[in-house]
Amino acid sequence: MSATLAAPGAGLFRRLLENPGAVAGLVVMAVLIVVAVAAPLIAPHGPAEQFREHFLAPPFQQAAFPLGTDSLGRDILTRLIYGARLSLLIGATVVALSLSIGTLLGLTAAFAGGVLDIAIMRLMDVLLVFPSLLLAIVVVAILGPGLTNAMLAVAVVLLPGYVRLARAAALGELTREYVVATRSAGAGVLRLMLLVVLPNCLAPLIVQATLGFSAAILDAAALGFLGLGAQPPTPEWGTMLADALQFYQRAWWLLAFPGIAILVTVMAFNLLGDGLRDALDPKLRR
Amino acid sequence: MFRLLARRLALIVPTFIGVTLLGFLLIHSIPGDPVEVRVGERGISPERLAYFRHELGLDQPLWKQFLDYQGQLLQGDLGRSVVTQESVWTEFKTFFPATLELAACALLFAVALGLPLGVMAAVRRGSALDYGLIGLSVTGASMPIFWWGLMAVLIFSVALGWTPVSGRIDDLYYVEPWSGFLLIDSWWSDDAGAFRSALRHLILPAIVLGTIPLATIARMTRSAMLEVLGEDYVRTARAKGLAPGRVVVVHALRNALIPVVTVLGLQVGALLGGAILTETVFAWPGVGHWLVESVQRRDYNVLQGGTLLIAVLVMLVNLGVDVLYGVLNPRLRH
Repeated sequence: MSATLAAPGAGLFRRLLENPGAVAGLVVMAVLIVVAVAAPLIAPHGPAEQFREHFLAPPFQQAAFPLGTDSLGRDILTRLIYGARLSLLIGATVVALSLSIGTLLGLTAAFAGGVLDIAIMRLMDVLLVFPSLLLAIVVVAILGPGLTNAMLAVAVVLLPGYVRLARAAALGELTREYVVATRSAGAGVLRLMLLVVLPNCLAPLIVQATLGFSAAILDAAALGFLGLGAQPPTPEWGTMLADALQFYQRAWWLLAFPGIAILVTVMAFNLLGDGLRDALDPKLRR
Repeated sequence: MFRLLARRLALIVPTFIGVTLLGFLLIHSIPGDPVEVRVGERGISPERLAYFRHELGLDQPLWKQFLDYQGQLLQGDLGRSVVTQESVWTEFKTFFPATLELAACALLFAVALGLPLGVMAAVRRGSALDYGLIGLSVTGASMPIFWWGLMAVLIFSVALGWTPVSGRIDDLYYVEPWSGFLLIDSWWSDDAGAFRSALRHLILPAIVLGTIPLATIARMTRSAMLEVLGEDYVRTARAKGLAPGRVVVVHALRNALIPVVTVLGLQVGALLGGAILTETVFAWPGVGHWLVESVQRRDYNVLQGGTLLIAVLVMLVNLGVDVLYGVLNPRLRH
C-alpha cells in the first residue's frame, strides 16, 4: 500500500521541483518555519523589549538594530521574527479549521443529497455574497477584536471554497465502480466518506489549502491593520503596520519591513499553491 | 434570454432571505442587551428598560422579530444609526457615490492597463514582456493593499509631493453636490481648480484599489488569449491573409473576453472589500470607511444595514454578469 502511495508522491514532488515559482515558494516556506521555530535563538532581542535611548532608530546603521527600531524603541527585526510565528500559526489554524469543517460539510452534502445538500450549498452561497473582508469584519465585530476571533472569522470566510470543492470532487467519485463496489460490500457511510472517497478528492483540496494559507495570512493582517485582529503589543505583522500609522511619514522603515514580510510570505504560498495545482493536474495548467 | 434571467432571479430570492437571516442572527448573537449597552454606566430602572425593550420590539420572540425585520426591509426601512440617529439608507446614499467613483476608476485603470498587457503578453509568449507580466501579476495578486496604499502615500505624496495624502478634494473648494460623484460635479461647476483637485485626490487610491484587479485581469486575459490563439478559426483567419492586428483584436479577443468578463464580475466583491482598506488608508469618505467606523462605534444598525446593502449589490452585479455572459456566449442561453 505504502509503495503505491509513495510512487505518485515522488512524481508529484519531481514535477513540483521543475516549477521555479514553486521552488521559490518552498524555500521561503522552509526559511519561515526555521525562523519561527528558532525565534528565541536567532532574534537579537525580546519582542517586547524597549530600548529607551533608541526610539525610531533608522535601519542599516547600528548592528544592534539591523532594521531599526519602532516608536517604543523595540527592535523591528526581532518583532518580524516573532511575527513569523504568528503568521504561520494563523495560516495553520485557519486552514485546519476551514479545511476540516469545509471538507466534512462538502462530503455530507454530496453523500446526503436532497434537502441537506440544498441547505448546505445555499448557506455557502449566502457566505459568498459578502466581500470576504467585510464578512470577517462583521464576525470580529460580534465576537470582539483579538487574534483568536480574527482567525475564527477568516476561517468562516474561507469555508465555502472547501465545501464546494469537496462536494464537487465527491460527487464525481460517488458513481465510480470502486465506490459502488465498496458500498455493496457493506461499508458504512462514514467509512465510505472518509476512507474510500476522501483520499481520492484530496488533490484540489490540498491546492486550495495552500492558497488558503496565503489568504488567511493576508486577511488576518488586514484585520490587524484595522485594529480588529491581534492587539498591540503582539508582534503580528498587520498590527505592526497599524502601530506604524502615527510615525510612518518620518520613519519609513516602520512601514516597509512588515509589509515586505507579508508580501513575500503571501506570495510564497500563492506560488506554491499554483505549482501544486500544475503538478497535481497538468490538465488544469493555465 | 428571458428564461435565463427568470431562472437567475428566482435563485436570488432564497439567497436574499438567507443573507438577511444571517445578518439578523449575527447581530442578535452579540452579547448584552442593546438597550442596556446604549444606556451604559448610567443604569436604567427596570420599568424604563421594559418600556424601551417593548418600543424596540425586543420583548418579542426571535422569529417574530425576524419577520418584523423582513417587513421593514420590504418597505425600504434599514433602521437608524444609533450614533447619528440618521436613517441607514440616507447615510449609505451619502457615502456610496464616493465608493462607486473610486471603485469605477480603479476598475477602469485595471481594465485599461490589464487588457492590453494581457493581450500583448499572450501574442509575444515567452518574451521578456510576458515573463515580466507574469511576475508582476503574481506580486500584485499577493499584495497587502493597505500596505501598498501607505507605501504609495509615502513615495508619491510625502517624498515626491505629486498627490495629496488623503481626502477627496482640497478644503478650499466647495462643489455643489448633484450626482455625488465629485469628478462630474466639479466638472459641471466650471471650476477647473476643483476638478483638478478632485482628480489629484482620486488617482492614488484608484491605482491602489485597482492593483489586485489589474493583476487578475492581466493574467486572465493572457491565459484566455493563449487558448483562443491556438484555435483553428484563428489559424484560418491568418491563412486568409488578414492583418495580424485584426486577427488578434477582432477574431481572438472577442472570444477571449468571455472568461475575462466573468472575472470582472467577480472583482466587484473584491473591489468593495478592498475599498474598506483603501478608504481607511486614504481617509476616503466612502462606504468602507463608514462601515469600519460603525464597528469602532459599535453602531450595529449601520453595520447590519450597510453590510446587507453591499451584499445585495454584489448579488445584483453577479446577476448582471450572468446575463452578460449569456449575451457574449450564445451557447449558454438555453
